[in-house]
Amino acid sequence: MAGVTRHQLDNGLTVLLKEQHSAPVVSWWLLYRIGSRNERTGQTGISHWVEHMMFKGTPTFPPGLLDRQISKEGGNWNAQTSMDYTAYYETMPADRIDLGLRLEADRMVNTIFDPEEVESERTVIISERQGSENSPMFWLGEEVRAAAFRVHGYHHEIIGDMTDLETMTRDDLYGHYRANYMPNNAIAVAVGDFQTGDMLKRITELYGVIPAGTKAEAFVRPEPPQNGERRVMVERPGSTQFLEVAYHAPAAIDDDWFKLAILNSVLTGPSGLGGGSIDNKTSRLYKALVETELAVDIDGGLLPSIDPYLYDFVATVRDGRTIAEVEAALDAQLDKVLNDNITQKELDKARKQARALFAYSTERVTAQAFWLAFAENFHSYEWFEDYIARLEAVTIADVRDVAQKYLRPQNRTVGWFIPTTPDGGEQYEEDEE
Amino acid sequence: MSSSSSIPGPHNITRVELDNGIVVLVYENFAAQSVVIGGSIEAGSIYESPAKSGTASMTAASLMRGTQNRDFDAIHSALEDIGADLDVGAGVHTTGFNGKALAEDLPVLIDLLADVLRYPVFPAQQVERLRGEILTGLQYRMQDTRYRANRAFRENLYPESHPYHFSTRGTLETIPGITVDDLKAFQQKHYGPRDMVITIVGAVKAQDAVNIVKARLGDWQNPQQPAKAVLPDIKQVEETRRIAVNVPGKTQSDVVMGVLGPSRFEPDYRAAQMVNSVLGQFGMMGRIGDEVRERLGLAYYAYSSIEGGLGPGAWSVNAGVNPANVQLAIESVVKEIQRITTEEVTDEDIEDNKSYFTGHLPLQLESNEGIAASILNMETYQLGLDNLLKYADEVNALTKADLLKAIQKYWNPDAFVVAVAGPEQQQ
Repeated sequence: MAGVTRHQLDNGLTVLLKEQHSAPVVSWWLLYRIGSRNERTGQTGISHWVEHMMFKGTPTFPPGLLDRQISKEGGNWNAQTSMDYTAYYETMPADRIDLGLRLEADRMVNTIFDPEEVESERTVIISERQGSENSPMFWLGEEVRAAAFRVHGYHHEIIGDMTDLETMTRDDLYGHYRANYMPNNAIAVAVGDFQTGDMLKRITELYGVIPAGTKAEAFVRPEPPQNGERRVMVERPGSTQFLEVAYHAPAAIDDDWFKLAILNSVLTGPSGLGGGSIDNKTSRLYKALVETELAVDIDGGLLPSIDPYLYDFVATVRDGRTIAEVEAALDAQLDKVLNDNITQKELDKARKQARALFAYSTERVTAQAFWLAFAENFHSYEWFEDYIARLEAVTIADVRDVAQKYLRPQNRTVGWFIPTTPDGGEQYEEDEE
Repeated sequence: MSSSSSIPGPHNITRVELDNGIVVLVYENFAAQSVVIGGSIEAGSIYESPAKSGTASMTAASLMRGTQNRDFDAIHSALEDIGADLDVGAGVHTTGFNGKALAEDLPVLIDLLADVLRYPVFPAQQVERLRGEILTGLQYRMQDTRYRANRAFRENLYPESHPYHFSTRGTLETIPGITVDDLKAFQQKHYGPRDMVITIVGAVKAQDAVNIVKARLGDWQNPQQPAKAVLPDIKQVEETRRIAVNVPGKTQSDVVMGVLGPSRFEPDYRAAQMVNSVLGQFGMMGRIGDEVRERLGLAYYAYSSIEGGLGPGAWSVNAGVNPANVQLAIESVVKEIQRITTEEVTDEDIEDNKSYFTGHLPLQLESNEGIAASILNMETYQLGLDNLLKYADEVNALTKADLLKAIQKYWNPDAFVVAVAGPEQQQ
């Protein structure tokens, strides 16, 4: 990952550039340092809704024209709202990337927020939430994080609470846009088939003219320490039981985060940075939960985040077994990493897996550009460059230390999804009206 | 670097047919550190009986549970210790496989692939464990509105005499009745080198890759392999049928509506693909996205898709909508179908889509996976290895009349299947 250069325009826009000439493609990202963690009660989901509105047009690129233009040039574009940021990208044939550059510069300041469009998007977003609600795991995840975070903005889902989606106004959304979309609150990244000098010149032409804004202090309330285990039960129609166990975890810049990542690889298999994952059938928890026929799968999740978030385990209970049985078997395995060291062989395997997954997840320019922007947001792009080296530095003793520090019952929230007996499910032909 | 010389074609794809019929295709890409493999054997669900629906899929899922040379743990350790991955899964026509590894580990990947395809032993305890996992998964799917809408749609689009009627996954009724002997028999009869294709893309020398495949699979023989299955004839939908599936406790309904579409072999496939793009893909999901999502705000997702494939796959429109808006969403889609089956698309529509189809190619070919998928397509559908080189000409030759003719051939706004799965319909 050598070859990244960092630049800062006079208006405060941070620019990261990396040439990669293996394919005639460029990926262009604009990341704003605003996400669901900064949202106040009553406005949960506002970052995500604003992200949707950014596709609704400017005077230069009226509604419907933006997407046609990008498609016409053979590009992909999309956006994502996370807990920690809101990001937009275009990945395009290298000779056509200028459209992406112009478009992002334009919509940083000129997005319309037409009241009618806001109303039509309200129902789309409510529909997005309802689509998620069709999944039992959504309900369980929402309850677990709400219980784990009483104060910090990580307590609500990125999509927002239904009541806020029903009541937020056009002016709320526009206010959020004006307060956060400005060059001095953004990170721009290009990776791909271009010349750095030319690219920087063009970026300066298009973005250098946008005045810096007045950046308000980000709304963040630190989570107080948890005093004792928390438990939540979700009962809804369904047929399958789920268990989620979530521990408060360190922030991504903390060395402890990398130690937990190695522990996670041993417990539930490796997870790459986005792009690639592999099977976890030789991991400790797969053997203890799935091979024993208590569960049908087990996953571990450790997201790199700005503030301390969660390290969680999610198991799908095998039909005929109970959640309590799965929880007991999980606890027995966690006791082992609290009391005994992992083996050198497990550590070596976790390191090799990390190298392979890192290679898979950084082959596309889109993924590389994303990770540079992502890391720059909470620290510096060097976090991404140093990722493998920091994992390699983790020792057996480190892994036991973080197990003891974080995997304590007092530090966790346990969630059960208890299906109530479903009825219906039949298929019938309807008469034509 | 940015020229047509890097587009996969006869000049840079090594294609070798082994004596036993296996076709090996290799594309060297030293820009990446990894290698991917992809391919298929002639062993899909088309070869199973409806009473044992799910046999092909369960056979494929059992392969990595134990072979004559390795037990479950040894198979997965061999892969996971080096950060490699290998999946085998059954489709309707073929059983496909995909794998990836760091380039230096290609021999390990091919060795494992050969082992699981040729020497599986179907350990009874492992098969039972797998059966429980499949059944729990199916029970979960019975509560999944997208899955239920799709199943109802297919069960009504294709008669029971057609293999596309059935899910490759099998059902809660058929999976318990599939025995270890059924799996063994299926593997022994259908797994073989004839019509097998394997594509390898990544940081490996072509000749080395071919030699690795030859060493592990070159001596594979299976005289039992039956002739390729032929699909029964099937009639297009003649009147609109509407199916509802009640899934209690859900907050959104999923809608699938559609007809029989073209196979990849149809001469009008490319025209159909482009008119489908106008209808429900281009930009923010084409005209359907503009109307249902953008203008009416009815759905989070709404798009149309065309399967292509080896037989008459579905040409369908999919949407997730609030239960109260189902009827309005269906009516809006029908209006768009009426329009696109009666009026030619605009000059702008066709020019934009030509530009999209041709301009998008570099993005599709950016990764090893994308290149492997394109090469596998050219081989599977006998398009010729120069297909990507001719692609722009083929796209640019399409006319508005071609597009209208293609959609009129398949779609009739008065005759389609529509399936809705969600909470009890509100009146």
